[in-house]
Amino acid sequence: MFSENSLLAIIAILPFLGALVPGIMIRAGRNACASFTAIPTVLALVLLGALAPGVMDGTVYRYEIEWLPQLGLSAAFFLDGLGLLFACMILGVGLLITLYARYYLSSKDPMGQFYTYLLLFQGAMLGIVLSDNILLLLIFWELTSLSSFLLIGYWKHLPEGRQGARMALTVTGAGGLAMIGGMLILGQIVGSYHLTDILAAGDQIRASEWYAPALILILLGAFTKSAQFPFHFWLPHAMAAPTPVSAYLHSATMVKAGVFLLARMWPALAGTDLWFYTVASVGLVTMVLGAVIALFKDDLKALLAFSTVSHLGLLTMLLGFGTKEAAIAAVFHIINHLTFKAALFMTAGIIDHETGTRDIKRLGGLARLMPITAVIGTVAALSMAGFPLFNGFLSKEAMLHEAAHTTWYQNSWIVGTLATLGALFSVAYSLRFIFHVFAGPPRDDYPAKPHDPGFGMWAAPAFLCIFVIAIGVAPFLATPVVKMAAEAVTGQDLTFYLKIWHGVNTAFLMSVAAILGGAILLVMHRHLDRIWVAAPRPEAKAIFDRLIAASVGSMRGLTATLHHGAISRYLAIVVAVTVALGAIAFTGGTMGPVTRDLTPVPPVVFVGWVLLMAAVAMVVIHHRVRFRALVVIGVIGLMISSGFVYLSAPDLALTQITVETVTILLLLLALHFLPKQTPIESGAGRRTSDAALAIATGVAVAALAYSFMLRDFSTISDFHLANSKSGGGGTNVVNVILVDFRGYDTYGEIIVLGIAGLCIYALMEALLNGPAGRKLRNADFGADRSRDRHPLMMVVATRVMLPIALMVAVYIFLRGHNQPGGGFVAGLIFSIALLMQYMASGFAWTTRRKRFEYHALIGFGVLIAGLTGVGSWLAGRPFLTSNFGYFEFPPIEEFELATALLFDLGVFLCVLGAVMLMLYSLSRLARHAGETVNQEPMEYDPSLAVRAPSSTGKGA
Amino acid sequence: MELLVASAVGALTAGGVYLILRLRAFAVILGLALLSYAVNVFLFSTGRLAVNKPPVLDGYTVTDFAAYTDPLPQALVLTAIVISFGMTAVLVMFALGAYLEVGDDKIDMQAPDQPDQGATARDARDPEHEQIKFRFEPKERDV
Repeated sequence: MFSENSLLAIIAILPFLGALVPGIMIRAGRNACASFTAIPTVLALVLLGALAPGVMDGTVYRYEIEWLPQLGLSAAFFLDGLGLLFACMILGVGLLITLYARYYLSSKDPMGQFYTYLLLFQGAMLGIVLSDNILLLLIFWELTSLSSFLLIGYWKHLPEGRQGARMALTVTGAGGLAMIGGMLILGQIVGSYHLTDILAAGDQIRASEWYAPALILILLGAFTKSAQFPFHFWLPHAMAAPTPVSAYLHSATMVKAGVFLLARMWPALAGTDLWFYTVASVGLVTMVLGAVIALFKDDLKALLAFSTVSHLGLLTMLLGFGTKEAAIAAVFHIINHLTFKAALFMTAGIIDHETGTRDIKRLGGLARLMPITAVIGTVAALSMAGFPLFNGFLSKEAMLHEAAHTTWYQNSWIVGTLATLGALFSVAYSLRFIFHVFAGPPRDDYPAKPHDPGFGMWAAPAFLCIFVIAIGVAPFLATPVVKMAAEAVTGQDLTFYLKIWHGVNTAFLMSVAAILGGAILLVMHRHLDRIWVAAPRPEAKAIFDRLIAASVGSMRGLTATLHHGAISRYLAIVVAVTVALGAIAFTGGTMGPVTRDLTPVPPVVFVGWVLLMAAVAMVVIHHRVRFRALVVIGVIGLMISSGFVYLSAPDLALTQITVETVTILLLLLALHFLPKQTPIESGAGRRTSDAALAIATGVAVAALAYSFMLRDFSTISDFHLANSKSGGGGTNVVNVILVDFRGYDTYGEIIVLGIAGLCIYALMEALLNGPAGRKLRNADFGADRSRDRHPLMMVVATRVMLPIALMVAVYIFLRGHNQPGGGFVAGLIFSIALLMQYMASGFAWTTRRKRFEYHALIGFGVLIAGLTGVGSWLAGRPFLTSNFGYFEFPPIEEFELATALLFDLGVFLCVLGAVMLMLYSLSRLARHAGETVNQEPMEYDPSLAVRAPSSTGKGA
Repeated sequence: MELLVASAVGALTAGGVYLILRLRAFAVILGLALLSYAVNVFLFSTGRLAVNKPPVLDGYTVTDFAAYTDPLPQALVLTAIVISFGMTAVLVMFALGAYLEVGDDKIDMQAPDQPDQGATARDARDPEHEQIKFRFEPKERDV
């Protein structure tokens, strides 16, 4: 059960689980917080270590959990050489950053937050490199964008931090969107979203006509993430983050994700001209451009940022070459870049921390003051420059070798030359980092008094420097790791040796030229800098800001045009578009032949129709006189109920007539507080055009209904008729459909109704406690109401009727399964019986006699219905399958009991609760409006009126 | 018969559409009520019309499907009727709330260049319509 493969899922989930820890542990202090943050990372590293020997031997571990197989999405993980290398880098550097950040963050920074973000980000990165499903990979990809947003914007009080975070999110997020499209195309080409399948189908992909769009979209994602030209501008702005974040994001993780993706997709996508010309060219341009800009940056972190851009370009270019040797060089440089760049970022952070500035022009002479830092920084920077005996030299040499042997558009020297130029600038800015920061006499105008930091802070970069030198002196140490990862990238067996000395060849000469040229550039730096500052150059941030402002402006304009607050206009547009679409469909399609005869019309039905049509006309014409419109609406409801009776729909008739009653009551209650008249506000033109639209809609719907009714088509209704008795145990097919065949729908519907009831209750609470409540208490609602608000006759009649009405409701409920009726209708009848009491005997009198809360009824209803559904699980059948049997009760003969009855009870309670809660809430308004409430059922005391005719009865 | 039902659905739809295009909440509620009738009857009519064939079985097994009308649209419409009541109730609540908070039951927002003048201005413009006379000035609406 607990196989080695399942360790993969545990490794992937560990950082996410761990992300919960710092928030809790921060209360135990900063050391405890940092230590506990390290635990999940260490655990994941240990587990990874357990799998490492197998991966080195060529085993590929796989673990898959089905998630949404219909979409091809599964939580599938796999671990091969490339994944192992990246996972170790992510976790290893993550551990070092955890240590470093403990000492870097000041006591004012919320450290728990930082570590939570860090682990979230670490988990997302780990997910990318372990995913075996490209959809899963996309999820993790987006997660890195989101969590890096949190990290970059960690110092949220700084505007640069917020802007940088926003820019990074915009650029990488947009790229991520493009990549989703590309990955989906890729999945469609191969017919599987499994990375292993895709990597094996390289020939099929490259031959597909969809290859180019897929490639371009995926490259957009990779290039934005890896800050390739012209998307490189976000990376320097992301430097507003705390240095541990920069060190993590820009050495081992975030920006390497794009490179990782290129490497991962290498077997599937590389090897074509399109790949070579886009990837290699973009990489080359980025490399040179980044190196040139880096030389002229005075901010230490900006220098390192552009150097990162340049090195990412280098990696991209190598992968773009598409040869095995270039892939080996790329993998090797990924490792080397990680070691020296993370160390350099941490060094820059130490310098910033200790001197209070990162401005190179204000630094210099730190070698005497901070000897340890100086040694670390110098070692790492020399490696970045590509000096022999440091690891950067080896991979840079390999890069130059590949570049020198690459032909670009029949031009055999341009790539080599440009690569040398890039290397030359790289040497220059690396040397500048050393000489302008550490060399020279100590100054006395540092913002703070610099000295070496504590061990905790320099331990992490020093640890990385050990690798820099070890690999640089003894490259064979790195051979097995590079071989493992490079074989995973290329998918082929490789034999090679990493050596320091290859003899005096082209690459060596290029290296020498770069070092000499770089040294000369540094000497001339002051001069060149003046020219650079004076020269006009495009400012990426300004362009980006303008672009964003323009798109926000245009979208705002569009929204303001479309969504300007006139609801009646939206409705008109929706109706007109619907009618137009219907008309297009109607003219474009063909109609089947008429297969049914017209049903004859008896005179009574015709009279009913005339009444209905007249009532509709009345409502439209007199809608401004609101009471009149309400009364006439009642006529419409009545006619429709009669229609249902006539047209064989007894259940509908019952429901319609009861709903009609409560609707009219509701509207009457509401109208008491609303204006009684609607003023004329729209002009004749508006009314005419509205009427035209309305008539067009009406004609269209009538035509549709008419053509529908005269044609036969196959339905699934016969199934319901045939199985209603045998399967559902009831002869009223409509009810059986409601509580059995489509019980799940009904369950949803009663929940919706319950929510509507609660929503009204909540709205009323808010309203009464808000300004409206105050207004109501001060409002004058006229006195045009009867003194005899609770007439004797009505009180007596409703009292007598109450038990009868309740009995009817119970009867309708019980017979519902076999005869017209059921929970919906019974619930409505029950509510009407109660409402009659409210109306006749008054609110307070009735409320005082109410023994249950309407909210509870809704809750019980949903609960009973749900439990009935769950009950069928006990019988081993799907949710809401009904069961029934026949029982003998002595007084009654045979009696059927079905679980559907229980479900219907739930429906009944829910309907009752919702309807009562709605009307009850509305009637509370009256109380707030200062309407007095009768204490006795019949507040108009006749005897009192005889004795004192002027009295209006107590409390009226 | 089919003609009558179809024309009724058409008339209800036309009336409903006209009313929902009005500018006051109450008219819109009336319009939605008419539209609910129309939709329900339309859905019901998709089961085709049948007289004296209620879908209540009179035997254990069904042999003659033509003896019963189509039960499925009826079941759908039944819940639709109840749900449309819930919807109407919520809308009425919105309309009431808006009226009590703001002082009128207009459904369209004020154009941004014509800032809300408060209930007093509207009272002056439309004295008969406003029946509630507030003793307190209504609070300025947030924009």
